[in-house]
Amino acid sequence: MAERATAQKRGRTRSSAATTSSPKKNSAPDLATLSRDEELKAYRDMLLIRRFEEKAGQLYGMGLIGGFCHLYIGQEAVVVGMQMCVKDGVDQVITGYRDHGHMLATGMDPKGVMAELTGRAGGYSKGKGGSMHMFSREKQFFGGHGIVGAQVSLGTGLAFANKYRGQDTVTLAYFGDGAANQGQVYESFNMAELWKLPVIYIIENNKYAMGTAVNRASAQTDFSKRGLSFAIPGEQVDGMDVRAVKAAGERAVKWCREGNGPYILEMQTYRYRGHSMSDPAKYRSKDEVQKMRTDHDPIEQVRLRLIENEWAGEDDLKAIDKDVRAIVAESADFATVDPEPDVAELWTDILK
Amino acid sequence: MTSLRYAEALNRALREEMTRDPMVWLFGEDIATYGGVFKVTKDLLGEFGPGRVRDTPISEQTLTAMAVTAAMAGTRPVLEIMYADFLPLSIDALVNQAGVFDYIWGGQVSIPMVLRTQGGGGAGAGAQHSKSLDAFVAHIPGLKVVAPATPADAYGLLKAAIRDPNPVIVLEHKLLYNLRGEVPEDGGLIEIGRARTAREGRDVSIFATSRMVHLSLEAAEKLAAEGIEAEVIDLRSLRPLDVGAIVASVAKTHHAVVVNEGWRFCGYGAELSATIMEQAFDDLDAPVERVGAMDVAIPYSEPLEKTVLPDVEAIMAAVRRARR
Repeated sequence: MAERATAQKRGRTRSSAATTSSPKKNSAPDLATLSRDEELKAYRDMLLIRRFEEKAGQLYGMGLIGGFCHLYIGQEAVVVGMQMCVKDGVDQVITGYRDHGHMLATGMDPKGVMAELTGRAGGYSKGKGGSMHMFSREKQFFGGHGIVGAQVSLGTGLAFANKYRGQDTVTLAYFGDGAANQGQVYESFNMAELWKLPVIYIIENNKYAMGTAVNRASAQTDFSKRGLSFAIPGEQVDGMDVRAVKAAGERAVKWCREGNGPYILEMQTYRYRGHSMSDPAKYRSKDEVQKMRTDHDPIEQVRLRLIENEWAGEDDLKAIDKDVRAIVAESADFATVDPEPDVAELWTDILK
Repeated sequence: MTSLRYAEALNRALREEMTRDPMVWLFGEDIATYGGVFKVTKDLLGEFGPGRVRDTPISEQTLTAMAVTAAMAGTRPVLEIMYADFLPLSIDALVNQAGVFDYIWGGQVSIPMVLRTQGGGGAGAGAQHSKSLDAFVAHIPGLKVVAPATPADAYGLLKAAIRDPNPVIVLEHKLLYNLRGEVPEDGGLIEIGRARTAREGRDVSIFATSRMVHLSLEAAEKLAAEGIEAEVIDLRSLRPLDVGAIVASVAKTHHAVVVNEGWRFCGYGAELSATIMEQAFDDLDAPVERVGAMDVAIPYSEPLEKTVLPDVEAIMAAVRRARR
């Protein structure tokens, strides 16, 4: 009972503190202090995602990527900050359709990801999955899911198996503000708390479910409160600031590892591009997008701190950018020349 | 050999597999303390504890998805969905997840999950507790689907399902749980994908599933009095289908009747009928006859329900039409 009382208290404390004003203005209390190396790594990891996504956008425009392509640009601090809190290749990650950033953050090979986007044999799924359907046992990445909200139940099942097997593993289940309105999310919350499963539900609130603004679809727009009736603690976090993400992420990971059950993090973030490549995003103003880019860009924030602290000079940062561009260019080259899968692949991997 | 009821045979299969492999665990609504509404999981809570025999909230969609990932992550979950009529709540996890992950991830995962459920009418349970939704699940690539008709098959197929590296759906029938039959002492695994000849005959082949096997056998006995010797093939595995056994039987009798309790329109019987036309057309002396439920919701009223569901007379009439 003491455990539950703590959970309730904690849930209330965090979400009420965060709702007093925009966390972007009021994020001072909950920022992780990053070392020079951590800032540099965060900068590099976020830049890799951004440059990778920019390249994916280009390849889509050239017709090399077909079907769907949902870019993560603007939201980089969320996955990079969370990955700083967990063990690579041990703790598990599962997410929805906007999944390229999550894969790169877990350390999956950009070549394999890009080649899957172009439907090549060398892609993570041999070209049979596409943008939304990739997996890596080595990096403990469990997809990539196109049925909105399904990853919440699936992530809960992973956490169940970890607990059943006595493994000290935490599952990060990412989903969006749109997915948060699916019924199975609440079935999952109930069972996760009932059975004290080690899963962190990370709601990436980027303000729009496709073209539907949060306040047009959600009766409760403070997503950190979505677990309150199950006594799951929740926090609203400035998801544009990697330090805020890391601070909240560490609290959540500690909570899970200590056997207290699930934790909810609402990451307040923003996607700069449309829902997918075919979305001109006419449901929001150019000013709104520009303001987020100018005032809150997650990469620019780290860059300014690196310069301000004299931890890196312009030349150092240019060198990182050059390095990242080379990795992305290499992945695009591979994804362009790698062969498409043989038709014989059609009949493989149906049954074991 | 021991004489066991169908429900007891399933219970024994679960017990043996849980004893053999600590990664096998059961979950579902009212399966633990209550012992399952049809007592299939009776006493297992006491033997294996709440960690491995787990009552759940009423949340079929999430439970099914959890089975998928819990299987992928190294355990062997056996999920009970209380009525096949609730399968539509599970369908997303079956058609978008269990059946496809290995394929769309390039062969990197194995999903050794079992989903047990029971369907069928004849118990006055009404439209939402009486259906046979075989076609819903048999339609999905990447799944295996079995429908045992006897205690021995219930035992052997469930054990095989639990050991299978693929997702397997076990379709039980509510009117078969009390059926008694001989079950092997131990072992007795039955290979998924193999049909069973329940009765040999030279004049017509009846291909039946689940409870319809027993009605078909009864029909065959009555037809024998009219001089028609019917062969009854219990398909047992709806997916993969034992096409070889079907073709061989048609080659012998040259007449085919398919019997499935589900709705005829777009039903499992339609698939059987099409398969016979495609694979054994040259051996057929007459069109395939198809017996199934009428295309209406299953009514509560006893006489109406009896009319809607296939019965012995309907099977005999179909055989006579095929032999005409």
